[in-house]
Amino acid sequence: MSNHIGEGHSEGHHDQGFIKTYIFSTDHKMIAKQFLITSLVFLAIGGILAAMIRWQLGFPGQPLPFNLGAILPDSMAPGGIILPEFYNSLVTMHATFMVFFALMPLMAGVFGNLLIPLQIGADDMAFPRINMLSFWITPVAGAIMLASFFVEGGAAGAGWTSYAPLSTSGEWTGVYMGQILWLVSLIILGFSSITGALNYVTTVIAMRAPGMTWFRIPLATWSLFITAWLLLLAIPILTGGLILLLFDQTIGTAFFRPEGSGEPLMWQHIFWFFGHPEVYILILPAMGFVSEVIANRSRKPVFGYHSMVVAIVAIAFLGWIVWGHHMFQSGMNPFLGMSFMATTVVIAVPSAIKTFNWMGTLWKGDIHFDTPLLHAVSFVALFVIGGLSGIFLASAPVDIYLHDTYFIVAHLHYVLVGGSLFGIFSGITFWFPKMFGRMMNEGLGKIHWVISFIAYNLAFFPMHNLGVQGMMRRIYDPNQYEFLQSLQSTNTFISKSVFVFAAAQIIFAVNFFWSMKKGKKAGDNPWDSNGLEWACPSPPPHGNFAEVPVVHRGPYEYSHPDREEDFWPQDEPIDLGNNAPSANPENEYGE
Amino acid sequence: MNLSWLMPESVSTFGPALDNLYYVILWITGIVFVVTEVILVYFMIKYRHKEGRKAEYIEGSSKAEWIWTSATAVIVIAIAFYSKGIWDEIRHPDMFPENAYELNVTARQYEWNASYAGPDGVLGTADDILSRNQVHIPVNEPVIVNLESEDVIHSFFLPEFRVKHDAVPGAVWPIWFEATQTGEFPLACAELCGLGHYRMGGTLIVHSREDFDNWLSEMQMEAEDGE
Repeated sequence: MSNHIGEGHSEGHHDQGFIKTYIFSTDHKMIAKQFLITSLVFLAIGGILAAMIRWQLGFPGQPLPFNLGAILPDSMAPGGIILPEFYNSLVTMHATFMVFFALMPLMAGVFGNLLIPLQIGADDMAFPRINMLSFWITPVAGAIMLASFFVEGGAAGAGWTSYAPLSTSGEWTGVYMGQILWLVSLIILGFSSITGALNYVTTVIAMRAPGMTWFRIPLATWSLFITAWLLLLAIPILTGGLILLLFDQTIGTAFFRPEGSGEPLMWQHIFWFFGHPEVYILILPAMGFVSEVIANRSRKPVFGYHSMVVAIVAIAFLGWIVWGHHMFQSGMNPFLGMSFMATTVVIAVPSAIKTFNWMGTLWKGDIHFDTPLLHAVSFVALFVIGGLSGIFLASAPVDIYLHDTYFIVAHLHYVLVGGSLFGIFSGITFWFPKMFGRMMNEGLGKIHWVISFIAYNLAFFPMHNLGVQGMMRRIYDPNQYEFLQSLQSTNTFISKSVFVFAAAQIIFAVNFFWSMKKGKKAGDNPWDSNGLEWACPSPPPHGNFAEVPVVHRGPYEYSHPDREEDFWPQDEPIDLGNNAPSANPENEYGE
Repeated sequence: MNLSWLMPESVSTFGPALDNLYYVILWITGIVFVVTEVILVYFMIKYRHKEGRKAEYIEGSSKAEWIWTSATAVIVIAIAFYSKGIWDEIRHPDMFPENAYELNVTARQYEWNASYAGPDGVLGTADDILSRNQVHIPVNEPVIVNLESEDVIHSFFLPEFRVKHDAVPGAVWPIWFEATQTGEFPLACAELCGLGHYRMGGTLIVHSREDFDNWLSEMQMEAEDGE
């Protein structure tokens, strides 16, 4: 796969051999591409698992189409009919791959690596070799996770949340080795996030170019920086919990098992204390990409840049004190219900600030409907739905009814697919030229967007209705319940829409690889953008900048009234004839 | 296809209050949703790129930020306080009804076992009456269910009653509700509990008090015959 990536920028990697350039590279841009290819593969795997889940729900008890059953062993789908235990593995592994192996590396691994050094004007990450380690941990952990499908008992089936005591013993699930491999894989993977985050935090603090003050940092880097803090603080908590769970499984401890006075709810507290910041790890970077793309493609400064930064920090902070809303019905002390309800609804405030600021950015703009913008605006439109449905679930009494139903499945997919994934598409299509020196095909990009957007909504919006009708999540066959039988036609419709959505991603893959080789050559700055990443060649050579850039202004000086051109690169020297540089560089930016 | 946003009919005393809260949130979020999306689409059309158009250089507005920050805060905090009242009514330990009929429900993979006080009138003794996957209760009387689990976490879900609570091994969690109608209603497991999770269903049977007493004595006689 690295053959595809390398073309066109070999001149940058002078006196580095093939292996050092493409495999054990310490160049942040190459590591970003390695993360990109790997996590897109995992995204595809997660998607295939989702398609199988939807097959069972749309066409329960029918053999998988295209004779797929012949590929799968009898322990998963004899005669092509998915078994209940395999269904539980599918549900568990779909979420695991999507959350840990697709979205997290796509956010932090790809864009953290690509954008942070380029946007702050650094030549690389603070610790390039640790950065390389951070990448290489991922395929190792991924291989272990994939291997768990093929051990006796199959892959983990206790849900991606692995609630104890279900997850503590194969006695309850029939999955012994698979659950252990799940834990081992995630423990290993945690080190990838921790080492990566360490690098991002250090790089942003220590390696900013002269003049790159905190409030001149582009919002993509701001959100990645805050995300890195969340990773650094949240992942060790998960890793600690996973190690305790592994002990419960393998050496007979009872941290989470009630026999021996363990506490099952303790696992949920640990998991969600990590898990809720994790949600913001998965969405904050996308918010950053969307801010960049909307400002650039509507040729306007980001509306309320400072409040956007404050909102990112506020979301990240509040993200630590809301975990109990996952546990309203778990037997947590009901007095905590009110506290967690209050903190949870308050998160709506910074989320609303961001949404209104994106709309404010579009207002009176000069909107160019390129593929990145279509995805970015889709992000806003769909994040609104995901945010509003969150209010139902934040209200503890309403959550009594909606908890663990398809309403939550709809909600989380509006945030993580409608939000995160469309944000990632926006980011990939926007920064593709910087990564590969070529533009993605605009026609294919628009076709991919329009099919994805429509099919996505047809697939996920009706899930709200399933939830309101009481359909539980993670059930192999809803028809077991008489009161859910009338929902079969909705389920079948949803499944068909999911298949269309999945098929549309083939268009993206084709466009991606075709454009890498054959796309129109991109100049240094194809989007007439202001950020420092556009001040170096596409793709940037090893070391990025020929000389250290000096930053004179904020990143969103679009359509400035004093200028002919509608953009004003951050590093363009100040014309002393017109605008004398102000003594305090902070003051050059607005307010 | 059933694309309804209406809650199924509720048959518990706190059901209507909970449903009202749901509809209030549905209205608020529905209006915000429509207004936001309409404005978004309107901006897309109105400010689309045209030859010669230049965007207006606007960096923001603290007034606008204050308006939408405080408006959002007021709405969501109001929802939280409204929710608190209903939450307390359902879950606050002091609000648990006195003189409620009490029974135990113990979950295990993949069944619900209910037990009722036997002739001695005390729950949790050897003469308890048992029923599997059927939970019997009297109508128009508050009922306390002591939820337990023998193995993993299950979740006791009575959709029409707006009741859902996890049954956690190693602890007993009491919940209460009061049925307003007689009849048979689905009981479901809402927490992934293993490969048979999807078929861990049962029935909640609501009797009139008279029928309920009859059922209890029938069960007692059966139990005695068994001995």
